[in-house]
Amino acid sequence: MSSNDSIRKTLLVALSLCIVCSVIVSTAAVMLKPVQEVNKTLDRKRNILAAAGMLEQDRSVEEQFAQVKTRVVDLRTGEFTDDVDPATYEPLKAAKNPARSTDLEEDPANIGRREDYSLVYLVENESGELDKLILPVRGYGLWSTLYGFIALESDANTVAGLGFYEHGETPGLGGEVDNPRWKAQWPGKKVYRDGEVELKVVKGSVDASSDLAPWRVDGLSGATLTSRGVSQLVQFWLGERGYKPFLNNLKSGEA
Amino acid sequence: MATIKETLITPIFKDNPIALQILGICSALAVTTSMQVTVVMCLALVAVTAFSNLFISSIRHHIPGSIRIIVQMTIIASLVIVVDQVLKAVAYEISKQLSVFVGLIITNCIVMGRAEAFAMKNPPLPSFFDGVGNGLGYSVVLLAVAFFRELFGSGKLFGMEIMPLVTEGGWYNPNGLLLLPPSAFFLIGGFIWVLRSIDREQVEEPDFKMARHTVAEEGA
Repeated sequence: MSSNDSIRKTLLVALSLCIVCSVIVSTAAVMLKPVQEVNKTLDRKRNILAAAGMLEQDRSVEEQFAQVKTRVVDLRTGEFTDDVDPATYEPLKAAKNPARSTDLEEDPANIGRREDYSLVYLVENESGELDKLILPVRGYGLWSTLYGFIALESDANTVAGLGFYEHGETPGLGGEVDNPRWKAQWPGKKVYRDGEVELKVVKGSVDASSDLAPWRVDGLSGATLTSRGVSQLVQFWLGERGYKPFLNNLKSGEA
Repeated sequence: MATIKETLITPIFKDNPIALQILGICSALAVTTSMQVTVVMCLALVAVTAFSNLFISSIRHHIPGSIRIIVQMTIIASLVIVVDQVLKAVAYEISKQLSVFVGLIITNCIVMGRAEAFAMKNPPLPSFFDGVGNGLGYSVVLLAVAFFRELFGSGKLFGMEIMPLVTEGGWYNPNGLLLLPPSAFFLIGGFIWVLRSIDREQVEEPDFKMARHTVAEEGA
């Protein structure tokens, strides 16, 4: 078998192996691509619906998502824009591109750069009026960036739901942000008080007799830093440099 | 020459890749927090080990010795990418949870170990079954570990609630340690202990033996 070790044979084997393998790999990738894309979009839609508390098990996600309209908002002006196509626009990619994002000097949510255009999801009721607003949010917890959505009622001040679809917090402690019982506190909470974001997560439980109770959410025990992260990301995204200009425009009907 | 049945069965308990050869521990720590994910990981690994053994064995007479490891790696890597793509297409939720670990099958010592130790020297068919057998050996340990981790760590099996948690209004206070990687070490250690208590042959010869004490007269 010494001929196996000749340079000719070595090169021949290496080359033919590479060709065969690359053909197999690329065939698999190309053939499965459409199915994967469908899965990806479906997953995103499911997350959006779940955050708004609208996800129903017995109806298909596509059918439920039909009542949701995706729009692009320019976060610098707070107005709707048609500069980019919502179907293909990826805010998280844009946030990494200096030409399409803003460097944050003050960065409470610890996200580094904020994209200039964000996607928002508008849920309309049967008569075509705005029912709910779903806004993508993200921010740093203890170990990881939490990615999620916050849903607001049509008054743009009442929370309709909050949910994270991706994070790497400690299971059982910070990971409790996924606990349905904790998430159930969010709907009905208020966001703004005298024009400022007042909504926050407090350490311990909320004093129900306090005047501020509608703006407060119980903290997660054993997860002070994750709770603080959630608090800060909510404050950032609903604040001046987040969606607040857009929400104001929306309320006055100028968006 | 061992029969195919033996090639298939031996690695499950007698020559288990994790318990006896101590290969493939890394992914055993990472993907065993829930049964569902573990099952998918095991299927992926069985497929990769079996087919990489099959392909490597069928071209073993043509692999030049100088580049044999790279040839093996190329075949394994291609198979892993195909498996990863298939998972993304048919089991998207689970592939998201497995994330990088499917890709890391490439570096799983069991796959390379079997390719180098078995497939390079044996015909394709026995190699294929050796791959399946070793994949199953890995699966047995992983499933056992995942069973304990999911049941006692989150009170569930395959995502179905078995013991209602305190945080959800039940009575079971979960053991948080079991959800963290080190617990898999303890469980694998326990598994090896049980296995070696049953099958004494697996106990290794100690590397060093304590010298006998000097006899009394010499000391006096």
